Amino acid sequence: MNRIYIKFTALISFAMLIIALASCGESKQSGAMTASGAAEKVYVAPGEYDEFYAFMSGGFSGQVSVYGLPSGRLFRVIPVFSQDAEKGYGYAEETKNMLMTSWGFVPWDDAHHPQLSRTNGVTDGRWLFINGNNTPRIARIDLTTFETAEIIEIPNSGGNHPSPYVTENTEYLVAGTRFSLPTPQEDVSINEYKEKFKGTLTFIKVEPTHGTMSVAFQLLMPGFDYDLATAGKGKSHGWSFFTSYNVEQANTLKEVNASQLDKDFITAVNWKKAEEYIAQGKGKVMKTSYYHNVYDEDKQTAISYKKDEVLILTPEECPGVVYYIPTPKSPHGVDVDPTGNYIVGNGKLSADMSVYSFDKMLTTIENQDYETTIDGIPVLKYESVLDGIVLQPGLGPLHTEFDGKGFAYTTFFISSEIVKWKLDDKSVVDRVPCYYSVGHLMIPGGDTREPYGKYVIALNKITKDRYLPTGPELAHSAQLYDISGSKMELLLDFPTIGEPHYAQAIPASKIVPNSKQFFKIEENNHEHVTKKEADAKVVRKGDTVRIYMTTIRSHFVPDNIEGIKVGDKVFFHVTNLEQDWDVPHGFSMMGARNSELLIMPGHTRTLYWEPTRVGVYPFYCTDFCSALHQEMQGYIRVSPAGSNPELKWWTGD
Amino acid sequence: MKKFSIIIGIVGSLLLLATFLFPIWSISLEAPQYPGGINMYIWINQISGDTPHTLQNVNILNHYVGMKSIEPESIPELTYFPYIIVFMTLFGIAAAISMRKKIVMTWMITLVIIGIAGMVDFYMWEYDYGHDLNPNAPIKVPGQTYQPPLIGSQYLLNFKATSLPHVGSYFIGASFLMMGATYFMLKKANKPKNEEVEDKK
Repeated sequence: MNRIYIKFTALISFAMLIIALASCGESKQSGAMTASGAAEKVYVAPGEYDEFYAFMSGGFSGQVSVYGLPSGRLFRVIPVFSQDAEKGYGYAEETKNMLMTSWGFVPWDDAHHPQLSRTNGVTDGRWLFINGNNTPRIARIDLTTFETAEIIEIPNSGGNHPSPYVTENTEYLVAGTRFSLPTPQEDVSINEYKEKFKGTLTFIKVEPTHGTMSVAFQLLMPGFDYDLATAGKGKSHGWSFFTSYNVEQANTLKEVNASQLDKDFITAVNWKKAEEYIAQGKGKVMKTSYYHNVYDEDKQTAISYKKDEVLILTPEECPGVVYYIPTPKSPHGVDVDPTGNYIVGNGKLSADMSVYSFDKMLTTIENQDYETTIDGIPVLKYESVLDGIVLQPGLGPLHTEFDGKGFAYTTFFISSEIVKWKLDDKSVVDRVPCYYSVGHLMIPGGDTREPYGKYVIALNKITKDRYLPTGPELAHSAQLYDISGSKMELLLDFPTIGEPHYAQAIPASKIVPNSKQFFKIEENNHEHVTKKEADAKVVRKGDTVRIYMTTIRSHFVPDNIEGIKVGDKVFFHVTNLEQDWDVPHGFSMMGARNSELLIMPGHTRTLYWEPTRVGVYPFYCTDFCSALHQEMQGYIRVSPAGSNPELKWWTGD
Repeated sequence: MKKFSIIIGIVGSLLLLATFLFPIWSISLEAPQYPGGINMYIWINQISGDTPHTLQNVNILNHYVGMKSIEPESIPELTYFPYIIVFMTLFGIAAAISMRKKIVMTWMITLVIIGIAGMVDFYMWEYDYGHDLNPNAPIKVPGQTYQPPLIGSQYLLNFKATSLPHVGSYFIGASFLMMGATYFMLKKANKPKNEEVEDKK
């Protein structure tokens, strides 16, 4: 008996050893198709161009990064909501105003959702919009220069998350409150949330020629959390959809208290109807405060406009504008398919996914088939709007995009995967893992009327063991999958800037022909431009000294300056006289407590400097411009405060 | 036949005016970091480039090796050459109408002389730009000069410089050939007449 027991134990031990050895030898799963097959699909030969531009949000970096697809090569980081010392953005006098808000200068934000401008429901390559969450803002990036051209602050808002989600012809961008607030603000107890807190949904008009944004109107909504949005397309053009959770209206421990009800809502807004009410004079003007910063191309300077009014519409007074569609369990994304009919609600805590039909929604509204009414907003009957349910596709559905071939692709955060399913019969046809914890996904044009259903990109929050470790903080990542066949196949995995929260992609052919190479010097009407070396000068007015300087390969004019004193307020107005592609010059001043300037050909940029020490100090060009870049430098002599030195400047003999 | 020779002569003369519409010469500079090259065009009355800024960019490059700045305003040929072209056009029309072989031949010889003189002049300018270097230039390569070839290609440091006649020159050539045709038509038309005269004697 004892012997049998020993033999048995030995056998078990041996078996476990084998298993242990086997699992040691198991290689890390890459999840990719054969390496050479995948490599071939993403290889873009040196000197060749990528097929697509991908614009990825920088998340908490506040910027936008520009990648090529399918190669995954990083081309540029566009500074948007955060100061960027590399480019002098937000440091130079010309761009400081871009970061002005009603709170003052706010040099950071949390950038989430890039949106390309559209014409007839298709991306047109003119502008890229992106929201700032923390200090609610929307920025417009000009895609001829890849520079931020405008930032508008959103009044009466907290956490601008469901934004900017552009309409089919870029008529409107939207904004919404992830955090409802006392509106207008007042000193109340947080426990008065239910009575005092309101949400707002904001519609921002986009001027069709120049893209200039303006707040058209705000809907004053019940105090829920408004999470994500999308615009109708085709037959549903004229409507915008927002998800809302925390219908419970909890104001503390929301992870529990906002997850109690079986259903929250998709908010459907008929903005064309809202326009009719505004034309009838239905809106009420509310006093508020927000900033609108516009880069004036002629003056090459951002100008801040302070605004103090907003037009408010109340759903109760404007019947037919807002409806609620019950959606299971705290929906995150809401996405409309390319035909404009299917509205996908991604109930992030639900086991199933509800898909609604726009046609059914209209019939339900027509029949006044309501479950109830909240603050004058009809709640449509769930079953009447529902087109079908995707049964147990995965855990934690967040976002859906479309390939234009009748399939939808949904990300599942908890089960860390992308699931492909059929729009018509709601059947799941394929699934692939993501490494790890995918948030948004992006198919080029996958949220427009015409998707380019060739690739999908998973935007992952966690990378753990995917790359060489870099201490506790690791890169987020993007993963590129080939979706041209029936099975999704992982091709490439690349790290990104900040958090690649959401992305947009567009065929390169829509942007390349309009990409600017330099700015014409004759069109430079900067207040302090110097158009030729002969006009360079130094001007003193009291303790303000303006240095009108030029750069051209490989010297500054002037490069020797005397007559500056400790305590002066010095402005270097540096004009880059170059008129050729890819010849920026940099400018840096020893001891200047801001950043360098990076000046594009034909541009003027200004660096502010307060000299604090007597002596002679150098300045130099920071951008390797030419064979004699190292020689591109100069000196400034600083004399004591209260002295009376002669103002002199020169270059050469 | 005679009428035809006049028309050919007049059209040929007028072709010279095409030099107001097209450059007569081109110089291109090629280097890896200048995709598409830097192309300069020499006209009878101006020097241009692919963009309005080409000359500035060439001058920036040239100053490193001490070459003089190319400034079209300081080149007198560009001022008076248009008059020569206009004169030759009018002279050509007159020669064709005169139907005198000798006058036509005189025109042709004049054009050849102008052509050769123009080339010599162009060569001298190239020589001057290529050799008259600022002694304080940042980049000095012993023995190196920067004269582009008159016709053909040559490496000047990292640049491959190619100099070739451009469209305007082809029009001048066509003009010469057409006037030549006029000359031969006149010669042919005159021949039988002369024989007749001789027979009468």
